[in-house]
Amino acid sequence: MSAVIELIDVRKSYGSQEVLKGVNLSIDEGKTTVIVGGSGQGKSQIIKHSLGLISPDSGQVKVFGQDINNISKKDLRKIRMEFGVLFQNSALFDSMTVYDNVALPLRERTKFPESKIKGIVEERLELMDVVGSNDKYPAQISGGMKKRVGLARALVLDPKIIFFDEPTTGLDVAKSNEIYRAFFRTQAQLKYTAVIVSHDVPKIFKLADYVALLYNGVMQSCITPEEFQLSDDPAVKEFVEKTMGSLYSSEVEEII
Amino acid sequence: MTNLFGKLGAAALYQFDQIGRMGVFLVLVVVNIFKPPYKLAPILKQIYIIGSKSLFVIVFTGAFTGMVLALQGYHTLSKVGVEGILGSFVSLGIIRELGPVLAALMVTGRAGSAICAEIGIMRISEQIDALECMAIDPHKFVIAPKFVAGIISMPLLTAIYDVVGIFCGYLVGVKMLGGNEGSFWSSMYSNVGMEDIQMGLLKPLCFGLLIIWISSAKGFYVHMTKGGGFGAEGVSNVTTSAVVLSSVSILVFNYLVTSFLL
Amino acid sequence: MKKFTIETGVGIFIVAGLLSLGYLSVNLGGMNLFGSEQYKVKASFENVSGLKEGASVEIAGVPVGKVIKIDLQDYEASVEMMIDPEVKLQEDVIASIRTQGIIGDKYVKIKTGGADEFIDSDGEILETESALELEELISKYIFEKE
Repeated sequence: MSAVIELIDVRKSYGSQEVLKGVNLSIDEGKTTVIVGGSGQGKSQIIKHSLGLISPDSGQVKVFGQDINNISKKDLRKIRMEFGVLFQNSALFDSMTVYDNVALPLRERTKFPESKIKGIVEERLELMDVVGSNDKYPAQISGGMKKRVGLARALVLDPKIIFFDEPTTGLDVAKSNEIYRAFFRTQAQLKYTAVIVSHDVPKIFKLADYVALLYNGVMQSCITPEEFQLSDDPAVKEFVEKTMGSLYSSEVEEII
Repeated sequence: MTNLFGKLGAAALYQFDQIGRMGVFLVLVVVNIFKPPYKLAPILKQIYIIGSKSLFVIVFTGAFTGMVLALQGYHTLSKVGVEGILGSFVSLGIIRELGPVLAALMVTGRAGSAICAEIGIMRISEQIDALECMAIDPHKFVIAPKFVAGIISMPLLTAIYDVVGIFCGYLVGVKMLGGNEGSFWSSMYSNVGMEDIQMGLLKPLCFGLLIIWISSAKGFYVHMTKGGGFGAEGVSNVTTSAVVLSSVSILVFNYLVTSFLL
Repeated sequence: MKKFTIETGVGIFIVAGLLSLGYLSVNLGGMNLFGSEQYKVKASFENVSGLKEGASVEIAGVPVGKVIKIDLQDYEASVEMMIDPEVKLQEDVIASIRTQGIIGDKYVKIKTGGADEFIDSDGEILETESALELEELISKYIFEKE
C-alpha cells in the first residue's frame, strides 16, 4: 500500500499566528482517512495544502510522489485532474444550473461530444439520487441536495482522490446519512481514495480506515478508529472524551 | 517612534503588495484572453450584463447631460451674442469629456460594483477554489470574458451616450429655447473633427479596461485584503473600495489622456 | 426563453452602439468610408495668422475642402488643402485667408480664375493673399488720419 499524499513537516502561519506547526501525514491509496480536530485548528488548511491552493511556509506536500509546490503549472493541472473536491458549502456556481455545474468539468477538461457528456452527467446525478432538478439553480435546491450535486460534480471526471471538507456540516441527521450512503455507494463503485475533514464524531468513524487528529497545529496520530478510541495519547484521549463523553455524563446524571 | 516607522513601512509594503498583485492579475488575464479555446457565449452574456443592462441609465444620463449643457450654454453664449456656436459647444463638450467620463462613472456604479461583488462572493464561497481544483483557470473562465465584454461595451455605450446627449441638447437649445437650427448643426459639423471622435473613443477603451480590471481584481483578492477577509462584510468592503478606486482612476486617466492628446 | 432575452438584449445594444458610432465618425468626424477621393493642393502665404488645421476652403461661400496641414517653409506659411474631386481649380485662381464675420474663424477663400489649364493633384496655387489683420487695419486707419 503506497501513500498518494504526503505532508512532510508542513508549517504555515497567518500574520503572527502559526496555524500548522509541522504537520506530518500520509494518505494511503484506496483508503478513507478522516481528519478530526476542534474548530479553528486548521483542518481545512490541510486539504487546501494538499490541493496546492495554499503553499506552505516550509515543508513539502507530495502528491503521487511529486512536490506540488515545485512543479510547473501544467503538471499541477495534470495532478488536479485526478482530484475531486466536495467543498464545505458545496461551491456550486450560482450562475449555472445543476446540470451545467456537473457538466462543467467535462466541458472544460475533455473533448467529449455533448451527447456523451449528457450520459455521464445523468448517470452521476442518478447515482446521487438527484433526479428532475437539472434545470434548477443552486439557490433553488436544499443544502443536502447541494452537497450531493457537489459530490456528483467531484466524481464526474473519475478522480483517484476525493477530498470532503466537512461533508455533513449544517445538515440534519437524515440528510447527513444520505450523504454517507452516497459516499459508501460511490466508493464501492469507483474505488477512490478519500480524505474527509469532519466534526461528525463518532459517526464518521464508521467510514474511516484511518483517523488523524489535528491538535495544536500538529497531527497527533493517524491510526484506525478502534485504536483511536482506545488510545492512551493524552491529546487523543481528551478529544475522544470531549466529543463522545457527553453521553456518559448525562447517564451519570440520570442515575443520580 | 520606531513603531511609527514600522507602521509606515508596513502600510507601504501592503500597498506595493496590492499593486503588484493587481499587475500580475492583469497580465494573467490578458494572456488568458489570447489563449484558445475562444468561446463566444460567455462574452455575449457579459456584454448583456455590462452593456445592454446599462443602456437605460446611459440613455437617461446622456439625455440630461445634453439638456443641461444646452440650457447653460445657451444662456452663457447669448450674453456675448454667439449662441450660434451652441451646437459645437454641446457636441464637443459631450464627445471629448463628459460622455466618456460620465458614461464610465455610470458603468462603474452599475456593472463594476456588480462584477466585484460577484467575484468576491465566488471567492468566499470557494467557487474560485473549486475551479482551480477542476484544473480550470479562473482567470480564463471567469475574468477574461468580462474584460473582453468591457472593452467592447464601453465605446459603444459612450457613442450612444454622445448621440443621445447631442440630440437632447438640440431639443433644448433649438426647439425649446429657440436657437437657430441651421447654425446649431453647421457649427457642430464644422467644429467636430475626426481627432475629437478618436479621443472620445480612446477614452472609453481605457476606462472600460480600468473599470473591469479594478473591480474584478478587488473581488478576486478579497481574501487577501486588509479588513476584507472572508465573509459578507469583506465583500461589501472591497466592493466599496473598487467603486471608489475605479471612479478616481477614471478622473485621473481622463486628465492624462486629454493632456497626452491635446 | 432566457437565452432569447440575452441575445436580443445584446443585439439591440450592439446595433444601437454601432449606429451611434457610425453617426459620430462618418457624419461628425467627416470620415470617408469609401476612400478619400479628394486631391491635395498647396499654397504659400506670407501670413496665415489665425488659420487652423481643419479650417474650411470655400469658393463663392461654398465649402469645397479642408486645410490639412500648416507649416513654415522658407519663412513663408505653406498650407496644404484637400479639395473635393468634382471641383477643378484653374491655374490662375487666387487663394486668400479671410475671416467669417469680424471675430469668427479664419478660412481659405478661393477666387476662381479664367485659365484653361487646371491644377493637378499635389499642384500649387501660385497667387495668394495673406490674412488681413484687424490690428494692422486699425493702426493703418489711425496713422492715415494723422
